[in-house]
Amino acid sequence: MTDTATASAFPAPGKIALKLTPRPRAGRLKLVGADAARLVLPLALLGIWQGACSFGFISPRTLESPVAVVGALVELTLSGVLWESLVASFKRASAGFLVGGGLGLVLGIVAGLWRTGERAYDALLQMLRMVPFLAVIPLFVIWFGVDEEPKILLIALACIFPVYLNTFSGVRNVDPKIIEAATVFGMSRAAIAAEIVAPLALPSIMVGVRYAMGVALLSLVAAEQVNATSGIGYLALNPRASLRTDIILGVVLLYSVLGLAVDFLIRTAQSRLLPWHRSVLEKAR
Amino acid sequence: MNQAIRTPLLPAEAVNLQEEAVSLKGAAKGFGGRTLFEGLDLTIRRGEFVALLGASGSGKTTLLRILLGLDTLDAGEGEVATPRAAVFQEPRLVPSQPVWRNVLMGVPRRARQRRQALDALAEVGLAGHADAWPVTLSGGEAQRVALARALVLEPTLLLLDEPFAALDALTRLKMQDLVRRLCARHHPGTLLVTHDVDEAVRLADRVLVLRDRRLTLDATVGEARDGTTPAGARLRARLYAELGVDPLGLEAAGASGRAP
Repeated sequence: MTDTATASAFPAPGKIALKLTPRPRAGRLKLVGADAARLVLPLALLGIWQGACSFGFISPRTLESPVAVVGALVELTLSGVLWESLVASFKRASAGFLVGGGLGLVLGIVAGLWRTGERAYDALLQMLRMVPFLAVIPLFVIWFGVDEEPKILLIALACIFPVYLNTFSGVRNVDPKIIEAATVFGMSRAAIAAEIVAPLALPSIMVGVRYAMGVALLSLVAAEQVNATSGIGYLALNPRASLRTDIILGVVLLYSVLGLAVDFLIRTAQSRLLPWHRSVLEKAR
Repeated sequence: MNQAIRTPLLPAEAVNLQEEAVSLKGAAKGFGGRTLFEGLDLTIRRGEFVALLGASGSGKTTLLRILLGLDTLDAGEGEVATPRAAVFQEPRLVPSQPVWRNVLMGVPRRARQRRQALDALAEVGLAGHADAWPVTLSGGEAQRVALARALVLEPTLLLLDEPFAALDALTRLKMQDLVRRLCARHHPGTLLVTHDVDEAVRLADRVLVLRDRRLTLDATVGEARDGTTPAGARLRARLYAELGVDPLGLEAAGASGRAP
């Protein structure tokens, strides 16, 4: 072994230039830039897709071009079908979300605060959670008929678990040392639950709510198979539309926009409801 | 932190210094089949600053938890005066509440006034931080908020569970001075649980050592606060000996010094 070979195993002594603080650009401009950066990849994919269709690499029978998809959406909008579907689906999704999410919230809080609650039904809920909810559609039809009830209940069922699990862990994971301090300072259990546990569990609850909102949208596709004549889930899988890839993709596009809307809603709610949270404070800085 | 402290709320003559903030008789506590202490008697009077020293696992923290009502006595009897307040090793602030609301944690909801919190925060030198969120505070600042939260109650009994242990050396000294001044001003009976001999002697009027299930030492600090005096050196040496520690590392140094 020569000296150079030995030396190369370790970094050679030398000098490294220290980094300078980058000059900040104007705050507002930077914020727009950061948000715009999120759109770069989706827009790029859209461009490639359109290019592949325009230059004939993909046949319209397999995959319609983005322009055709937008055209289909415009067509649905002009005929009033899109709006009607959105309204019908929004009613179902929000009713299901409120019922299921509300139930999950209450069950999560009770099980989080009282061991008795956890013992009573946590195991049952963990079992139900693993039931594939597509499999219960026929049962729901038998039990609840073919009107709105089975659709809403199906969505509600799907929304219970994310809210329940996140609420439960949020309540349980509140720092016991803070609760102990509050006890020493003479706060009652009820006051501790309302003034300390609830706000500190909120970030976790919000995660559950965000997830449940997404699940509610996705469940529409399954729920609106049951004797539905409207709704975006119906539009997506409607047999008459099944040969129209432009409509199917239009609904897919619609879903991603709705997903973005849910995200935006939750982000806004977070900065309003959790001004004390590290993530919100860091963003404001 | 160094701003002038205003006239006392409670003049010394208005406080009954004979009042017992803590009285324990024949107290005993076991944990997991092991006796932590038994037959323990302890009285702390109003205005008295007592430090309780002991090695890890000696039961000193358990004793403090009993005084806080977070744990129970197995035998014996005891009484603590109220209002009772505590500062822990961690600040234990509620992150979802601004600083001033945290300060009022122990104040009954209907009696809560922002003014009280601002006064208490001014006392600990954090007047400008009333509306800050706890996560934005440094460790020392958060611990001063915790101190304000205790003092706003005008406690008869103040229990300190190693409140300086997590602070850096300089912040710790400043914080110790602050606690000392505030205790002299509010006259609570104070029990400081610590494993730091210097801290105990620096702050307390009386130091106790908990060892082998009982209080093996109960000494008045008095003249011995100054470590450069013979009395000060003697007290520290006694405390270290009682805790089974060689403070200067003389034995270890001697052993290696003798080596050729």
